[in-house]
Amino acid sequence: MLSAILAHAPALQTVVPLIAAPLCVLFGRRHLAWFITLAASLISAFFAAYLLAQTLDGSIISYELGGWAPPLGIEYRIDAVNAFVLFIVASVGALVAFYARESIEQEIDPALHVYFYTAFLLCLTGLLGVTITGDAFNVFVFLEISSLSTYTLVALGAGRDQRALTAAYNYLIMGTIGATFFVIGIGFLYMLTGTLNMADLAERIAALGDNRTLRIAFVFIFVGIGLKLAMFPLHLWLPNAYSYAPSVVSVFLAATATKVAVYVMLRFLFTVFGFDYGFQAATLQTIVVPLAVIAMFASSIVAIFQSDLKRMLAYSSVAQIGYILLGISLLNKPGLTAGIIHLFNHAVIKGALFMAVGAFVYRIGSSRIEDLRGIGKQMPWMAAAFVAAGLGLIGVPLTAGFISKWYLIQATLDEGAWWLALLIVGSSLLAVIYVWRVVEAMYLAAPVQEAPVKKAPWSMIVPTWIMVLASLYFGINTELTSKAASTAADLLIQATQIEKAPETVPGAPAAGE
Amino acid sequence: MFDDFSSSYIIQHYNYWMVIVLMMIGLYIVVSRGNLVKKIVGLNLFQTAVFMLYISMGKIIGGTAPILTGNPDEVYSNPLPHVLILTAIVVGVATTALGLALIVRIRERYGTIEEDEIADIEQEIDRRESA
Repeated sequence: MLSAILAHAPALQTVVPLIAAPLCVLFGRRHLAWFITLAASLISAFFAAYLLAQTLDGSIISYELGGWAPPLGIEYRIDAVNAFVLFIVASVGALVAFYARESIEQEIDPALHVYFYTAFLLCLTGLLGVTITGDAFNVFVFLEISSLSTYTLVALGAGRDQRALTAAYNYLIMGTIGATFFVIGIGFLYMLTGTLNMADLAERIAALGDNRTLRIAFVFIFVGIGLKLAMFPLHLWLPNAYSYAPSVVSVFLAATATKVAVYVMLRFLFTVFGFDYGFQAATLQTIVVPLAVIAMFASSIVAIFQSDLKRMLAYSSVAQIGYILLGISLLNKPGLTAGIIHLFNHAVIKGALFMAVGAFVYRIGSSRIEDLRGIGKQMPWMAAAFVAAGLGLIGVPLTAGFISKWYLIQATLDEGAWWLALLIVGSSLLAVIYVWRVVEAMYLAAPVQEAPVKKAPWSMIVPTWIMVLASLYFGINTELTSKAASTAADLLIQATQIEKAPETVPGAPAAGE
Repeated sequence: MFDDFSSSYIIQHYNYWMVIVLMMIGLYIVVSRGNLVKKIVGLNLFQTAVFMLYISMGKIIGGTAPILTGNPDEVYSNPLPHVLILTAIVVGVATTALGLALIVRIRERYGTIEEDEIADIEQEIDRRESA
């Protein structure tokens, strides 16, 4: 019985939340809707863990949707790369579902709770679908399912701040332009090859060799996904969307949405376009590396001057995406491994930080740093969680953030780019400044309110601390993350055959050991 | 390069020229207009241009709908891009509906749908918060 179900794990992974979503509206009871959401996201997380365990050794699962054989039918193709991302999204989804119940109680009108849960489940479906599918057009469809539900989720913040509406509107405009660019790119690829299956696309593109249509397709897809993953300077939608969305939505988006977009970028760069190392490498090294470095510095500096904690964390996210992109665009194995590890570690760290902020908003109704003065004594658990995760954001040893930066610095040194290593350390120091500002306000300033603030509810403390402990655990025991990331990096590099590229630095190992 | 660029080259690819013109008009409206509804209209034009790109790439001159007629020489258009665009149209409609719904809510809260007036109101909120 169980093995029959597990054989369909790839499909069930996305189908369970998809079916659960309308159930929430049909039953129309908010506590029941919460229970359905929690159950569906736990089931998804279970399947994701199963798929990760299956693919961790480098094997590939190909699932034919509806029994139609690829390349004509839609294929769900799971390898270590997307199994890892699936695991991140689904497990964060389950924790967020647990956390949501209390958090939205304060921030969203109770009459809208069932719609929140529906939109949340649809968003989860979309993100999981984008990650698991092996069909290029299917990526677009799932991307739009997740994006449309994200716009709704952001707009639900209007109960607390009306600016959530304009944030959602601007996100909708930018997101739709990004998705449409992506479709244009897919259209060019289809014109060129007559197929939409990613593995099939990769083969046919390799057979065709370099040409102008392919380059245009690459550029459209690159810019389209760049908008979705908030690549500097296409990040303008992100700070408002994260600041004005309900806290729980900020947690979910910060931990998953941009990560999934990074995955799509990886998949297209390496698996689909893997043929033409020259043009891609030039794009990545002359455009993405400088943009990533600018993001690391400019966004961190902007973060220092924010008076709102959520907005500060949003700018910090743009900077952290800079680290991930920098790792990827180094185009060597350590760099890719660093990018993928940071994908995971940043999801855990930022999730924990936003969860702590959500609890502050729950108790004192504000996320402004000046309103948080003295909160360290009043809400000791949540303030400590914020500090622990904040240390991870900086990259202090024994936290997950340190592991990411360690790998990243190693990757830059492998390329002989010592100045990049210095820039990484330099931008981390900026993180010290913005995290310290908050710590100072929380612990050293006199409390702003005379009336005692109650501790956060347990249903918020527990998921937050699970995230914090995960960020500490993966800072000490890196076996799972580094194994998954290096298997994933191997698979991606095999797909492009980076070893054969002439551009690698002489003397440095081209694709790791 | 310029040898290719004769009038027949332009005429043969006229569907692509139309797509490019329509797409740029749409994108320009999104960027340049301050009225939120007009932005959505621009976004629609932009998306429609992409639909036309897909539809024209699957079309063969003289081709019929892909229905089995028993005639082996029947020329038919490629149905796949057309079907893909059915999906994309649904996505486009959903995006438009959500965009317009957001505009209704914005109008209720801000009393305007002009971008610069909304920006003024938001600045006012910012000032009040930091005061």
